[in-house]
Amino acid sequence: MSPSPQPNGSVMQAGVRQVRALGRWLIELIMGLGAFARLFAQILARSGVVLRRPRLTAQQIHFIGNHSLLIIGVSGLFVGFVLGLQGYYTLNRYGSEEALGLLVTLSLTRELGPVVTALLFAGRAGTSLTAEIGLMKAGEQLAAMEVMAVDPIRRVLTPRFWGGVIAMPILAAVFSMVGVLGGWFVGVILIGIDPGAFWSQMQSGVDVVDDVLNGVIKSVVFGAVVTLIALYQGWTTRATPEGVSRATTRTVVDGALAVLGLDFLMTALMFAQ
Amino acid sequence: MTRDKTDFLVGLFILLGLLALVFLALRAGNMSSFTFASTYKVQAYFDNVGGLKVRAPIKSSGVVVGRVSSIGFDNQRFQALVSMDLESAYEFPADSSVAILTSGLLGEQYIGLTPGGDDKNLANGSTIGFTQSAVVLEDLISKFLYSSAEGAGK
Repeated sequence: MSPSPQPNGSVMQAGVRQVRALGRWLIELIMGLGAFARLFAQILARSGVVLRRPRLTAQQIHFIGNHSLLIIGVSGLFVGFVLGLQGYYTLNRYGSEEALGLLVTLSLTRELGPVVTALLFAGRAGTSLTAEIGLMKAGEQLAAMEVMAVDPIRRVLTPRFWGGVIAMPILAAVFSMVGVLGGWFVGVILIGIDPGAFWSQMQSGVDVVDDVLNGVIKSVVFGAVVTLIALYQGWTTRATPEGVSRATTRTVVDGALAVLGLDFLMTALMFAQ
Repeated sequence: MTRDKTDFLVGLFILLGLLALVFLALRAGNMSSFTFASTYKVQAYFDNVGGLKVRAPIKSSGVVVGRVSSIGFDNQRFQALVSMDLESAYEFPADSSVAILTSGLLGEQYIGLTPGGDDKNLANGSTIGFTQSAVVLEDLISKFLYSSAEGAGK
């Protein structure tokens, strides 16, 4: 009845290792959040450059916004088509297919416009921002800037951040508008719902402040979060091809998760009566 | 790409965004129903406001003449106090009556205003005396059930 200490000790050690891994994971998570918040604060503190050199930001709006218009427009159109078709099948059962306009517009302005745009934005613009900054870091261009006494956060990150924050609500509004037109095309032109009832039900049910403005607020927040995640991933990437590829992947994954989680939070805050 | 071309495209992009927002606000939303016309305030006490909401329309003969500005509870009279903004363009006799009605069977609730016959008109801050509360569907059904049960007992 003498317990052998040997196996017991190794079990203990394995347990200790597990606990240590858990602790390290938490500490790294908190340190990552801290670095993220610090980068955000640094960018905000240098935001004066947006007013002093507006052309830098305009270039980024052009790069982030104009180049994303095509994918946003086409996606919005097809989302509107699908909402029109699916909404019609359900509403038709209850004989209230005139409410199709209301259904399409509310879904788009409240949820789908900001969320789908933000997901596409993370994939289209976020990845290119991460890769661009990651490669700048890998090519030691950022270090070279610092040597020349040019602050890379001011010169490179801040215009990109504000470009994303400005471009995102515009893209979301375009997405919602094109989607409503898509729903109108399917509902009124293809199916033959009365256009008067389609628009009047929409106008009586959609509130400018509650629905449209809250959608815009959502898209501004998503724009800031997705752009910031993309910049952070590029800024903190390991300066190797593998590191840049991993950072790009993380931009999409983290961006999408952050958008969906924040969307739930903001919906609960905005639309809870 | 030249600077001017970039600037032009960015300007176009921002204009497109503004156009989309205006479209959503005016064509899809209720911005066009916002009136900036001057209004005057009247109030009325109701036993039950049902599902009436702030910004619900006030209609007379089916025409929107104002909107509900606030709904509160008067703890002295134990009644709901509804404040309404009526458009100054419309004037109604002081003994007009208001009722909470429902558009359609299950639609939104609104306030129906029926003009009375008084010489004097409703002024800013006056209280409408004749009110009719919202019809609560459950009450109606239970009344119907009770009366049909009584009829069956006879």
